[in-house]
Amino acid sequence: MKVLILIGNVPDTNTKVKFNADRTAFDTAGVQWIINPWDELALTRALEVKEAQAGAIESITVANVGRVETEATLRKALAIGADKAFRIDADPADAYTVAAQLAPHCKEYDIIFAGVEASDYNGNAVGPMLAELLDIPSIAGVSGFNVENGKAVFTREIDGGSQTVTAPVPVMAIVQKGIAKEPRIPAMRGIMMARTKPLQVIPPQAVDARMKYAGFDLPPAKAACKKFTEEQARELIHALRDEAKAL
Amino acid sequence: MSVIAYIPNQEGIIKKAGFELASFAAALAEKMGLQAKAVVLGPMADEEMKKLGQYGIAKVMHDANESFGLLDNRATAKALATAAAEASVVVLAHNNEGKGVAPRLALRLQAGYVSAISGLPSSVEPFVVNKVVFTGKAIGHASINTDKKVVTLSFNSFGLHEKAVDATIEAFNSGCSASDFALSVQQTQKVTGKVLLSEAEIVVSGGRGMKSPDNWGAIEELANLLGAATACSRPVSDEGWRPHGEHVGQTGKIIAPNLYFAFGISGAIQHLGGVSGSKVIVAVNKDPEAPIFEAADYGIVGDALKVLPEFIEAVKELKKSH
Amino acid sequence: MNFEFTEEQLMIQQAARDYAQRELITDVLERDRTGDFPHKHVKALSELGFLGMMVSPEWDGGGMDTVSYVLAMEELSKVDASVSVIMSVNNSLVCYGLEKYGNDFQREKYLKPLARGEKIGAFLLSEPEAGSDATSQRTMAVDMGDYYLVNGTKNWITNGNSASTYLLIVQTDPAKKHKGITALIVEKDSPGITLGPHEDKMGMRSSDTHSVMFNDVKVPKENRIGEEGFGFTFAMKTLEGGRIGIAAQALGLASGALERAIAYAKERKAFGTAIANHQAIAFKLADMAVKVENARNLCLKAAWLKDQGKPYGYASSMAKQYAADIAMEVTTEAVQIHGGYGYVKEYHVERLMREAKLTQIYEGTSEIQKIIISRELLK
Repeated sequence: MKVLILIGNVPDTNTKVKFNADRTAFDTAGVQWIINPWDELALTRALEVKEAQAGAIESITVANVGRVETEATLRKALAIGADKAFRIDADPADAYTVAAQLAPHCKEYDIIFAGVEASDYNGNAVGPMLAELLDIPSIAGVSGFNVENGKAVFTREIDGGSQTVTAPVPVMAIVQKGIAKEPRIPAMRGIMMARTKPLQVIPPQAVDARMKYAGFDLPPAKAACKKFTEEQARELIHALRDEAKAL
Repeated sequence: MSVIAYIPNQEGIIKKAGFELASFAAALAEKMGLQAKAVVLGPMADEEMKKLGQYGIAKVMHDANESFGLLDNRATAKALATAAAEASVVVLAHNNEGKGVAPRLALRLQAGYVSAISGLPSSVEPFVVNKVVFTGKAIGHASINTDKKVVTLSFNSFGLHEKAVDATIEAFNSGCSASDFALSVQQTQKVTGKVLLSEAEIVVSGGRGMKSPDNWGAIEELANLLGAATACSRPVSDEGWRPHGEHVGQTGKIIAPNLYFAFGISGAIQHLGGVSGSKVIVAVNKDPEAPIFEAADYGIVGDALKVLPEFIEAVKELKKSH
Repeated sequence: MNFEFTEEQLMIQQAARDYAQRELITDVLERDRTGDFPHKHVKALSELGFLGMMVSPEWDGGGMDTVSYVLAMEELSKVDASVSVIMSVNNSLVCYGLEKYGNDFQREKYLKPLARGEKIGAFLLSEPEAGSDATSQRTMAVDMGDYYLVNGTKNWITNGNSASTYLLIVQTDPAKKHKGITALIVEKDSPGITLGPHEDKMGMRSSDTHSVMFNDVKVPKENRIGEEGFGFTFAMKTLEGGRIGIAAQALGLASGALERAIAYAKERKAFGTAIANHQAIAFKLADMAVKVENARNLCLKAAWLKDQGKPYGYASSMAKQYAADIAMEVTTEAVQIHGGYGYVKEYHVERLMREAKLTQIYEGTSEIQKIIISRELLK
C-alpha cells in the first residue's frame, strides 16, 4: 500500500498570535513553524504500521502546498521517517486551493491521511475536499489505523462511541487524537538520511480561492477571576447558581 | 432559495445540537429573507422531525435510506447536494460527521466553506462569519465570495431559540443507491450511561493536581450530581489515568460548555485553547500563579482534593432545597 | 558573517527541546532527590543519536557539527544538566578523543558502540591530589611487555559506574613529568578495578560521580592511544573540545533559568501589577538576557571555529569561563526573582543554581580557564 500524508505547516502552539497593523493578516515575524500536530500523529502511526508489518505499507509520502520556507517541515517529516516528499509551490490561500493543487498529484496513493484540523486557522477542509476531487470515500474522526490481512482497518469516533470501519482503497482518513500516542522526535540518523531523500517541487496551477479572511480580532479581555478560599468553597457553588446562572 | 440545516440523526433521535442547528438556520433565513429547511437522512419518525418546527423549520426533507447510518461522508455529501440544489446556505454540525461532510458538500455545490462558526453572519452581503482561529487566540472574520455557502456551527455557540411553526415532512430521493456507500462498519462500541463530552452543558475536568487516578471518584460524583461529562488534561490522558477520549485541549477535544470545572489543571496554553469557549470557567489549583486563573471566572487557590467534597456537599444541598 | 542556523541545526535544536520538555521534565525533580541514574533517558537519547552525534557516520555516529551539539546541549541543560553532562562527556571527551587520536582497531572496537550509544564512556584524569594540575599524575602504568600494569586512584569521575569504557590518563615515565603521561583505553570490568561510593553532590545529582581505584589492572598495549608520552597532549586537546560541551551546558542552565524567571515575572503580581512591570525586576531580566546572549555567542563561536578546523582552544576557554560564571549569576538572580518560590525545589530554579556551580569547577575551573586565556594573550 502506498500512503500519502498531508503536512500542514503551522505556527508552534506556544506562538503569541499577532496581526499586521490593519488586522487583515497574521504576522509571521518570529514565528516558529511546526508540523500540524494531527498530521504528525498520522505520520507516526503510518511509520509504526510500516515497521511492525513488513510489506504492509510500501512507501510513505508527505506533501504540502506552500512556498520554499515550508520545506523545513517536510524535511522534518522525512527525518522522522517518511520516504519521500513533494511540495506544490503555491500560497495555500484557502482549503479549496490547497485541495485543488494537490488533487492531480494524489492519484497513485491507496490511503491518504489528513489531520482533523490545522492549528492555525482551525479549518478542517483540505482532506475531505481532496477526497471529493478524487471521488474517493473519506472517513472522519479516525483515531486508529492498522493493516490486517492486507486491508486497511480504521477506528473512528462517532457521537456516543466508536466504530471499526473498513473501506476499499483508495480512501481518505481524517485523523484525530489517539491514532498515535506521541509524535516522534527525529533521530540523528533520520536527519542525516533526510538529506538525500527526494523532495520534489511541483509548479502550481491557476486556482481561485473561495473564501478569505477579511480581518481578525483578538478575543475580548476576560474579567478578572473571582477568588474564593478553600473554606468558602460552598459559597462559590452558590455564586454559580445565583450570580453566573450557570447551575 | 433557502437556508438548509443538516440535522444529525442519532438512531432516530434529534439531540440538542440538531435543534440548535434548526434555530440557527431559522434565524439566518429570517436575516436573509429566505426559507429555513432541514434535511434528515436515515430512518426517523415523523413526530421526531416535527419537533424541528418548534425552532422555526418549515420544511423537513427526509430520505429514510438506512445506509446513511454508515456515516459514509461521500454518500452523505451527495445526498445533501441533491437536497441543497436550490439552497443559498447549508449549515452542518461541527461534529466529526459535519467536519467530514461539509467540505465535500462545498465542493459539490462549488460553495465557499467556513468551519466552526460561532454565530450569525455579521454581514450577509458580503457574507462574513466569525470563527475562532489560532485555537482561541483570535477571532477571524471569514468572508465567502461564492453564491452558495456551506458552514459548520460550533456546538453551544448559538443556543436554542424557539419559534414555533408547523413543519411539513417531505420525502425526497437523494439519488444515493447501494453503490454509493463504500464504507463497511465491522463493529460499534457505544459509550452508555455517561453524558457525552461533546454534548455536555457542564464539564468536570481534572489535571495532574488530582495526584492519582484513584482520586477521580470525586470528579465523577460531582459530574453525576450535575449531569455533567468528565474530562481531563493532556498529562492525565498521556499517563493513562483517563482514556484519550476525555482529553480536552488543543490536540484533544475542543469544547464550549456553559460551565467548565478545572480541578488541578494548571492551564497550559494548549489546554486553554480547548476550553476557552466555555461560558463560565471555575478553577481550583494550589498554585496561585497557575495560568488557569487568567482564563477562569471563579477560582479557589487550594487543594482540589479538599475542595471537591465541599462542592459535592454544596450541590447536594442546592438540590435538596429545590 | 552569518548568524542564521541551517534547517538541520534548527531541527536538532527542536528535537533536543522536545525531548527535554516532554520527557526529562517529568522526573528531573525526583531524580534530583534520589540521585538515581537516568537509565531510560540515556537509552532514549542514544536511540535518537545524541550520545554520539558528532562522530562520523563511518564510525556509526550522527555526523553532526559542533554548532548543532551546542544547540542540543543548551536545550537539554535547560531542563536537566545531569543528563546533559553524561552526553557531554560521552561526545566531546570520550568519542572525540577516540575518533581523533585512536587507531582503526580502537575505533572499531570501542568508538562504534559508544557512538551508537550502546555503551557510555568516562574520562579519567583528575586525581585526589591532582585536580586542576594535570601535569602531576600519580596513577602509574608499568610496561610489562605486552601489557601495562596500572595502579592508582582517579577522582570525580562522571559516568564512573555507568560507563563501560574508560579513557584513562596515567604516568608511564615519572622522570619525564608531563611528557611521560600516556592515555589508555580500559574496560571497566577489568579485574582490579573498584569504585568508591556514588558521590553525594550538591547538584547534577543523578549523574554518577565516583572515584575509581586501580589495583594491578592489566591493560593490553593495543589499548594505548598514540605513543607513550602522548597522554598530556591528548588530555589537553580533548579537554579543549570538552569545554565547549560544558560551556553549552552552563549556557543552558542560564537560559533555562532566564526563561523561567521571565515566565514567573509575567505571572506573579505584586503591588497590583505583574512584577515584570517593576523596573527592579525588568532590569534584572535585561541584564540576565545580555549575559545569556554573550555566553551563547561565545559558545557558538568556539563551535564554529572547531567545525572550520581552526584552532579553538582559546575560544572554548573563554566560552567555558564566561558561560559558567554567568550561569551562576543568572541562576542566582532567577532564584531572587522567584522570591520564596525560588527557594523551594518545585520551581526548579534553585536546582539550576546548584548545578550552575559545578560548571565553574569541573573540566577546568574558571581560574584555570583564565590561566589559559591570559597565557594566550601574553604569548
